[in-house]
Amino acid sequence: MPASTDTTKAKIAVKGRRGPPLAWVGWAFLILLAAVTLFYIGSKAWSNPILFLQNLLDGLKLGFVYALIALGYTMVYGIVKLINFAHGDVFMVGAFTSFYAVSRFGLHQWPLAVFPGMNPGLSIVIGSLTVVLLSMGVCVILAVTIERVAYKPLRDAPRIAALITAIGVSFFLEFFGALPFVFSGRFIPYKAPFPTTAWYIKDGIHPIVSGTASPDNTISFSNIFLIIAAASILVQILLQFIVKRTKIGVAMRAASYDKSTARLMGINVDQIISFTFAIGAAFAGLGGVLYAIAYSSIWTQLGILPGLKAFVAAVLGGIGSIPGAFVGALIMGQAESMTMSYISTPMRDAVAFTILIIVLLVKPTGLFGEPAQEKA
Amino acid sequence: MELGYLASTIVKMVALIAWIYGLLWGLGRKRLWQKAATLVLAFGVIQAVILAPKIGDFALFSAFDQGLLFQAITMTMVALGLNLIYGFNGQFSLAQWGFYGIGAYCSADITYRWTNGDASGLIVVGLGVILGALALMGVGKLLKIKRGVPVLSAFTFYLFALVAVGFIAVWLGQLLSPICAPLFGAPDAPGVLGSPIALQAVFFLSVIFAGAFAAEVSFLFGLPVLSLGSDYFGIATLGFAIVVKTLLVNSDTILGFKEMKGGRGMLGIPKLTTWAWAFIFLVIVIVIIRNFIRSSTGRATLAVREDEIAARAMGIDVAQNKLLAFVVGSFVAGIGGAIYAHYMGFLAPASFDFIAGFNPLIIVVFGGLGSMTGTIAAAFGWIFFLEGFLRILLGQLGTDAPSWRFVLYPITLLLLMLVRPQGLLGTVEWGFFKAEGLGATIKAAVGIKPKKAGE
Repeated sequence: MPASTDTTKAKIAVKGRRGPPLAWVGWAFLILLAAVTLFYIGSKAWSNPILFLQNLLDGLKLGFVYALIALGYTMVYGIVKLINFAHGDVFMVGAFTSFYAVSRFGLHQWPLAVFPGMNPGLSIVIGSLTVVLLSMGVCVILAVTIERVAYKPLRDAPRIAALITAIGVSFFLEFFGALPFVFSGRFIPYKAPFPTTAWYIKDGIHPIVSGTASPDNTISFSNIFLIIAAASILVQILLQFIVKRTKIGVAMRAASYDKSTARLMGINVDQIISFTFAIGAAFAGLGGVLYAIAYSSIWTQLGILPGLKAFVAAVLGGIGSIPGAFVGALIMGQAESMTMSYISTPMRDAVAFTILIIVLLVKPTGLFGEPAQEKA
Repeated sequence: MELGYLASTIVKMVALIAWIYGLLWGLGRKRLWQKAATLVLAFGVIQAVILAPKIGDFALFSAFDQGLLFQAITMTMVALGLNLIYGFNGQFSLAQWGFYGIGAYCSADITYRWTNGDASGLIVVGLGVILGALALMGVGKLLKIKRGVPVLSAFTFYLFALVAVGFIAVWLGQLLSPICAPLFGAPDAPGVLGSPIALQAVFFLSVIFAGAFAAEVSFLFGLPVLSLGSDYFGIATLGFAIVVKTLLVNSDTILGFKEMKGGRGMLGIPKLTTWAWAFIFLVIVIVIIRNFIRSSTGRATLAVREDEIAARAMGIDVAQNKLLAFVVGSFVAGIGGAIYAHYMGFLAPASFDFIAGFNPLIIVVFGGLGSMTGTIAAAFGWIFFLEGFLRILLGQLGTDAPSWRFVLYPITLLLLMLVRPQGLLGTVEWGFFKAEGLGATIKAAVGIKPKKAGE
């Protein structure tokens, strides 16, 4: 039976021992686990380095998308201490918005329709950006509405009540979306607003002719991967700038540190919380569009697992820390891609939660987290 | 005719709530013969209604209603277990549905193999569970000698002990099951173990072993995870439910149980759940949970929910107490799963999806956190109202309308959280669950003369 830590400390004081007894057993177990994992992956990488590098790239793609979602989790948790379950579904709504904008209304073609003589490349860029901005806007409106309607009345209620409410909102979005006249509950093929091009690397970079598979023993990547990576890194830099350099960022940090004192300093905390939800939702919307383009199929429960994994990534990096969320998301992406390739595809979810449990046991504050000041 | 059907459904629901009240009231009487008479009467009423002959087109308690009744009973068990974990001990767990699935598949595998003349399921699970419990107790005793062993190290010891026990159990199963095989006899001339009575006994054992298996898994999982914070614990348990479902979908490939057939669903489970068995296990579960809450351990459980630091100051081992509540709750969930499996005769991993796992949570929140009566009433009401009544009612409106139920669930949950976060019944208890002992103690302490017990 696990004894409480207090008795441990008492025991140490009496006997003058340096640490709790038998602590090395747990560490040995973890180190053994890590060593076996690393050896396994290493041996696989040694025998087929090309496949390993391809997995690395796939993991990066996944990780960059998770990073976009994880930002919303980590910022919201940092300020209101709420696991915003509905965040994954906001991500889903972003994907669906862009689907309707592209496939039903052809919004990505508006520059060509308005200015017929435009350079086609430029028109694609402008059209796609419009679609992304629209999705982000819809997500922002949705998230702020959720915050005002569902979370705000419960701000002083027990945290579990807010968590259950978040789960309720998440379910509502999923099942309302699954109604036949909304999004329908089926898998829907997704058409990207811009043409995808892929390349393979073998003695230099060569384009893959569309419709054919890449040659064996090569690493392939597409323009979608480059866009996701660029977008994710840009968002990180932008967010760092907002949080560290702008007035509203200072207010956000103050509110996450101590809400009542921040209020005394003349900060409108409710507004700051809404703003936090809005930024998180905007990036989730961006992530939703990119995810849908990359994996080209959407349905209403699309957001659950990426959302949960992004949350795990945020915890892994240290919840409340923005660079932490980025690093955590990249690690999660690698873990998932390696599991899919070397163990078995269904176990990818199991690995994510195993990582969560181990991280929380070994270093509850995560990689970049600050030590908790108080336990609310 | 449909309106008449709806009206009769309402009457049945009211009658069932009255039945629950009567059962709890009768069990709360003082004398043993009164309790026994209540049990016989409560059993007999429903059995008579089930056996009642059909009058033309009208059945007093149709097959559909019976299905709802069994669903309601399994849901009651799962929700009672969850109420112990969440309502009484304050640990927000989403893993309950995973333990339900583990129990269902575990017991289904035992009886499936048994009906196919293979005793290995019963032997391996039975020996594994018993030896596993002994191993856990032994390791626990050893760790008690060195006080203050960190959770991770303790977990490592327990894990290796259970894995070793698992290997021993499988080895013993391979050793013993060929010895048992001839005793089953041929299909036309069943042997000792092939007789229907043996099958009923195996069913009883399989339900108990399924519960115990779920309990041991919950011990191993709960040991490290319960030391996390409240909402981290929630996420970790959600992860557990997802992993269990993933493993069930791949039960024939990753786990290697061919007869479970993975995502296609397990067929051919003997339909052994009768009203008698369901009633017996329901009463067992109710008594277990009620006696747990009313014991000194149960009061410690409540203390942990209210304030962990104060509870520790009172000398309660908080970690151990949380773990105990978690294990008992999972045991009950495993029993519920076993009853469900043998009622359906078919198990699909889709029914153990973590989304369906929010149903017991909603029931517990609805009935009142920390109210066993509320949980039972809410479980029966949930199944009969939403699965029965509302499905029929919405079915009248159009073919798509039943999917609106899933939109209505979260809205009710949201409204409930906003308006009455403590649940509909709060902590109100009826009859059997009324804590006369505790209430009387408190009243005596503040100088109010306690009412006579049983009044």
